[in-house]
Amino acid sequence: MSDITAPVRFTPAAPRTPPLLAAGPIGWLRANLFSSWLSTAVTLLLGYLLVRWAIGFVDWAFVKAIWSVETGADGRPQTQPCRLNREGACWAVVTENHRFILFGLYPYEEQWRPLLACVLFVGLYVVSAMRRFWRKELAIIWLITLTVIGILMWGGVFGLTYVDQERWGGLPITLILSTFGLAFAFPLAILVALGRRSSLPAIRIICVLYVELIRGVPLISLLFMASVVFPLFLPEGLNIDKLLRAQVAVILFAAAYLAEVVRGGLQALPRGQYEAADALGLSYWQKTGLIVLPQALRIVIPPLVNTFIGFFKDTSLVLIIGIYDLTNAAKTAIVEPAWVGFGPEVYLFVGTIYLVFCFAMSKYSHGLEAELNRHRRR
Amino acid sequence: MTDSAELPVASAARADGPPAILLEKVNKWYGQLHVLKDVSLSVAMGERVVVCGPSGSGKSTMIRCINRLEQHQEGRIVVDGIELSDDLRALDAIRREVGMVFQSFNLFPHLTVLDNCTLAPIWVRKMPKKEAEDLAMEYLRRVKIPEQARKYPGQLSGGQQQRVAIARALCMKPKIMLFDEPTSALDPEMIKEVLDVMVELAATGMTMMVVTHEMGFARQVADRVVFMDQGEIVEVGTPGEIFGSPRTDRLRLFLSQILRGH
Repeated sequence: MSDITAPVRFTPAAPRTPPLLAAGPIGWLRANLFSSWLSTAVTLLLGYLLVRWAIGFVDWAFVKAIWSVETGADGRPQTQPCRLNREGACWAVVTENHRFILFGLYPYEEQWRPLLACVLFVGLYVVSAMRRFWRKELAIIWLITLTVIGILMWGGVFGLTYVDQERWGGLPITLILSTFGLAFAFPLAILVALGRRSSLPAIRIICVLYVELIRGVPLISLLFMASVVFPLFLPEGLNIDKLLRAQVAVILFAAAYLAEVVRGGLQALPRGQYEAADALGLSYWQKTGLIVLPQALRIVIPPLVNTFIGFFKDTSLVLIIGIYDLTNAAKTAIVEPAWVGFGPEVYLFVGTIYLVFCFAMSKYSHGLEAELNRHRRR
Repeated sequence: MTDSAELPVASAARADGPPAILLEKVNKWYGQLHVLKDVSLSVAMGERVVVCGPSGSGKSTMIRCINRLEQHQEGRIVVDGIELSDDLRALDAIRREVGMVFQSFNLFPHLTVLDNCTLAPIWVRKMPKKEAEDLAMEYLRRVKIPEQARKYPGQLSGGQQQRVAIARALCMKPKIMLFDEPTSALDPEMIKEVLDVMVELAATGMTMMVVTHEMGFARQVADRVVFMDQGEIVEVGTPGEIFGSPRTDRLRLFLSQILRGH
């Protein structure tokens, strides 16, 4: 019968724009901040507190602040005006001590060297962050830069005076500990994460033990072990540097945490990906390097950067074994009688430095995530 | 789905040579569950075998044993003259010669369509990049999606993805192709485009083993149809024998049930 009546022609409807629910910033404000009486009251109360606090902070940090102090006849800074000015910050503690906070006990005239080292570190981060440099040459760039940093810090060659590691301090220590820490911890973490999924029981057990043991103790106790207990077992005469021991402790600790993050990514990968790689005849390392890790690591960029940021700040725990990183140098700067009591200013300064680095990592990871997950866009 | 009135594809099966795939009394268990029971089957070079059966009958497990995505515990499996064993070199050799297409496509989502196709030829066959890309484009043309080469799998429809998966497997120039329910995850409108590619592939004389419920495809292409149930091969025969005169009540029941849906 169907061939008697001609079929009705189907014409798709033209698309329309979605209705405007909240127009412009006023619509947004109304919807989010003043949607009801209660919401309006809370908004006003919080707004009031926020403004009051901001005014107070600006007043303390800028309007009533003292930026520098005179140096007295005895060569000591005269901090009396700061002590009398109870309503304003005393930034003089930072301006007078910034060299010590940033570079510790490094010889004053030679402090351009750690400064240059810090600049090189930052340059290294910037270059490594750019995807167009993600080639084999990057490893060589790292090797050269780190060697140059080592030469700058130690000296003893090219007419640079030798500076003992005991005198290093401040920002370079923080950057050394976190850069080497994460650079070594990350590959180790990948191996451990892969090992935890190995089909060989021995490898699996070793990896599980490693993660559980290291994760089960606080970093501070691990640092203590590295600095106090470990040397007891070394043969007479063999002395491994304190910084290096702390560095190894940081690496081992970070790797255990990162390994679990990476493992999360490995588990998120569908089994079909492994099977497809197997069916194509890829070897274990080809499969891991070309199919598994590129996908697994992309999935875990947010928790990975989370851990990176955490460890950047955790390097400050080395103060417990007497290494003068940025935090410890700041803490030591206000031990001097003239500056006792100016903790807030110093910690605010140091906190800002940490914030700059951590915020940069965070921003970068967002961009990277968006770029690397292009393939998920439709 | 495919019209059974279409012309059958001439078989290239050669019964005289050594078999492409040989299974001898293969047994497999998942824990206590006996999933393959004394499965024996010989597939000649150039032969097309369709495997059907209810879900849980072991048909997917059997096909996955052939390139050792699953490991059998008893019996022998010989592929292209190489026996599957714990020898990893033998396994690599077999996997190079056996292509596989999965129900869920399993394309690599982080690589473009072209890179999906060139990956294995470059890394496993050590083919130069340019040559691999030319080869990939040739197969992408053959599955009729050369214009999608620079896209990512997530940007394609299911039918297009499955055709990429077929091209990817073919780029390794395999002697044998395994299909594990290649159209089961597809929308009805896309099944035909994938089956058409498979029919064309059959016409080239490729040795194929296909797990599918597409009986039209089986009629048109298969030299033999294998019916499995509960881990056993119940009946083997030409499409005419299997669909025209089933010997067992189990196959009759199965056919009546799947044909009711069509």
